[in-house]
Amino acid sequence: MLDPVLSAAEKPPILEMRGISKSFGAVKALSDVSFTVREGEIHALVGENGAGKSTLMKVLSGVYPHGSYEGSILFGGEERQFRDINDSEKLGIIIIHQELALIPLMSIAENIFLANAPSKFGVIDRDTRYVRTKELLAKVGLTEAPETLITNLGVGKQQLVEIAKALSKDVRLLILDEPTASLNETDSAALLELLKEFRRRGITSIMISHKLNEITEVADRITVLRDGRTVGTLDCHEGAVDEDEIVRRMVDRDLESRYPARTPKIGDVIFEVENWSVNHPLHANRKIVKNVSMKVRAGEVVGISGLMGAGRTEFAMSVFGHTYGRDITGTVKIHGKEADTSNVHRAIKAGLAYVTEDRKQLGLILAEDIRKNISLAHLGGVASNGVIDDIREMKVAQEFRTRMRIRSHNVYQETGKLSGGNQQKVVLSKWLFTGPDILILDEPTRGIDVGAKYEIYSIINELADAGKAVVVISSEMPELIGTCDRIMVMHEGEFVGEVAGEEATQENIMRAIMRRKGR
Amino acid sequence: MSTPQEAVVAPKAGTGFWKDNLRDYGMLISLVAIVIFFQIATGGILLRPLNVTNIVLQNAYIVIMALGMLMIIVTGHIDLSVGSVAGFIGGLAGLLMVRWGINLPLAILTCLVVGGIIGGIQGYFVAYFKIPSFIVTLAGMLVFRGFMIAILGSQAIGPFPPIFQKLSSGYLVELISSDGGIYVTSFIIGLIVAGLMVWQNFRSRARRVLHDVESEPMGFFVAKNVLVFGAIAFVAYLISSHRGLPNVMIIMAVLIVAYGFFTNRTILGRQIYAVGGNARAAELSGIKTTRLVFWTFVNMGVLAALAGLVVAARLNSATPKAGTGFELDVIAACFIGGASAYGGVGKVTGAVIGAFLMGVMNNGMSILGIGIDYQQVIKGLVLLGAVCVDVYNQRR
Repeated sequence: MLDPVLSAAEKPPILEMRGISKSFGAVKALSDVSFTVREGEIHALVGENGAGKSTLMKVLSGVYPHGSYEGSILFGGEERQFRDINDSEKLGIIIIHQELALIPLMSIAENIFLANAPSKFGVIDRDTRYVRTKELLAKVGLTEAPETLITNLGVGKQQLVEIAKALSKDVRLLILDEPTASLNETDSAALLELLKEFRRRGITSIMISHKLNEITEVADRITVLRDGRTVGTLDCHEGAVDEDEIVRRMVDRDLESRYPARTPKIGDVIFEVENWSVNHPLHANRKIVKNVSMKVRAGEVVGISGLMGAGRTEFAMSVFGHTYGRDITGTVKIHGKEADTSNVHRAIKAGLAYVTEDRKQLGLILAEDIRKNISLAHLGGVASNGVIDDIREMKVAQEFRTRMRIRSHNVYQETGKLSGGNQQKVVLSKWLFTGPDILILDEPTRGIDVGAKYEIYSIINELADAGKAVVVISSEMPELIGTCDRIMVMHEGEFVGEVAGEEATQENIMRAIMRRKGR
Repeated sequence: MSTPQEAVVAPKAGTGFWKDNLRDYGMLISLVAIVIFFQIATGGILLRPLNVTNIVLQNAYIVIMALGMLMIIVTGHIDLSVGSVAGFIGGLAGLLMVRWGINLPLAILTCLVVGGIIGGIQGYFVAYFKIPSFIVTLAGMLVFRGFMIAILGSQAIGPFPPIFQKLSSGYLVELISSDGGIYVTSFIIGLIVAGLMVWQNFRSRARRVLHDVESEPMGFFVAKNVLVFGAIAFVAYLISSHRGLPNVMIIMAVLIVAYGFFTNRTILGRQIYAVGGNARAAELSGIKTTRLVFWTFVNMGVLAALAGLVVAARLNSATPKAGTGFELDVIAACFIGGASAYGGVGKVTGAVIGAFLMGVMNNGMSILGIGIDYQQVIKGLVLLGAVCVDVYNQRR
């Protein structure tokens, strides 16, 4: 298994970036970064958000053309001066972005050959396209028909289609930006296997990721960026690289652990859901959530684990103002009394808050500033007689900005221009301002860096200590194990297991899921 | 509250202020520039008291409808039917007042209610059936144009009762006799309004300073208020040297203030912007988005009806041609005034300035004897140019 890898390590570099510096106005995004990738290896690029990973990749791919940065790029031993992304694609440098660039209402085949469809006399040759799509799909392990519409595929499969698209272009260097950020464990594992398969076939990959366990699993070498500089490159074949070592280099400060400690002070049950059932909004006969019950106590953090599509988000959203699904049945009790959560307004009044998994689409008004986003769900709290008091609103925003350590110039900064971690803190502030007793946090740390994650975990702890009931939905098992007092496992719309926090391991959570799957 | 981090950032506030407000002042500066240009080009005719009064009378209905349209555009929708609705209501007014002789208050009330119902029907399709507003109101545009012709039978109804005519051609009753000189009451009201605005500005600035909120530099603030006072006093002077305050101008001014306050300061106003900014996020924050969209259409219907009455009173007859093409002027006013076609952005003051910018251009070009053909070309290019400048500024 290790042999082909070791020989790859001796191969010459396919890519050398030397002394790259790039500034935006007065802000230096990259200063004197050097980055070398050897032929045939999987090279991980890690760093906190804003460390310069994406900027470096944009320099490489020609998004920032030659002349707009300092330093030089050698690819395949020759100096290259890319004017745009077409130049780099011609040489086989292909980037797959975090936000997938597929057209939902077109088929797989149409998407793969969007720009370079096989044609005869300018007319698309559908048969050739079909055959070639089939071949490409087989390479990435997909068995879907080429005419399947993208919108009918899950995120994991869409990611694979993106890779197939890259393969259609004779790829020599594949760059994946957070490829597993929105994938569940199974899909992630499949994707990582695929990367290993590519390595066997001699395709070089650069992988940007926040998921350190995945990186240590597949990467041959790891380059760490911090504040626009190269901190160093670790070689995974010179002794095992441990995750803490990477984190230490990324953040340049000692995180005692990745999860802040907490002594739980658990009180009475304040949140109960009983016999909750939800049907799919379009397919009325498909049950998405099946007669589910759960209880959460004051001061308790309860995790919901499960694979993508297990029904976790659907369960949470249907409880929160019936914002998902139809034919919803069951009861919600808050502080022992039945609560009406049939629309968002009532749910908020009942003391419920739901922090969405998709902060850009569902959580924030990106064009508005921090202040207006924070007050949005509780405008009554900054107004009298229906008239908003802008001074009070500003003070509330400033309070949260300080308390949540939102990094911005002031509270008038557009939320669209904040980093992921800071955006998440704004969304959290919005919900805390509604004064909830129960918070449901859906993927609260998705796509945010290690430092900001730690801060979010600390906030979760503070909330629990303040006697609130907190429910955390997450696809990252270590995160649930690190933060929760109790973890419930959901599979196909049902709770199939429950693990106490101190006993939880990735193995016994997976076992709970798999036991059901085997049936 | 003053963490060291903020202290470092504070000096930047000045430049940030300019950048943030460039859009608003840019509009105002364009309006002033255009006024000055036509004042010179027409040899001083543009700002003659008679002509200034005329500009106000000619554009009142555009401004009134732009207030409703702005809110619709802010929610991310559009209403193409306003011209037809205004025309239809004009026809209805003719029917009620002239043919059937129904008493004035009842007739006016009926017209406004019918306008609201029309808006409500369209809003229902848009908000609850989720049919694109472009299509719903395009249908509405055809339907109500058709109804109007059906009511009027392709001929004009008139004349209206004299009291109704006063809506558009009447002037404020003067308390002090003027003897052909300046209309004192109107002028004093103008000065009071100007004074109130300046006083309000000072009060809110004082409050901001008291609470240590970033506010505009003092010198700039004083200069701005001197200009505001001067401009309003000057317009008041011009208006009062002709025949005093037109009734319709009073209606318009009251509506501008009311809608400005509503959109800027109230919870509902804020929620309208939130719907346009990100409807899903707004909904998940407990905002009743469908209901809000519905009511913005009802509101638009009422304002279109009011505009229809103003136009009918001004023409002193209900004609089948009335209202044709109004929607384009109204929508253009909003976009020139900085509203975003994607929703979530736009200000009442911007829409009003946009309406007057178009009005002054229409008037100035007519005085210069430019044909209706090239007037259209120039107006089209100004619309495109204004939006381009806006988009460019956004991208920077």
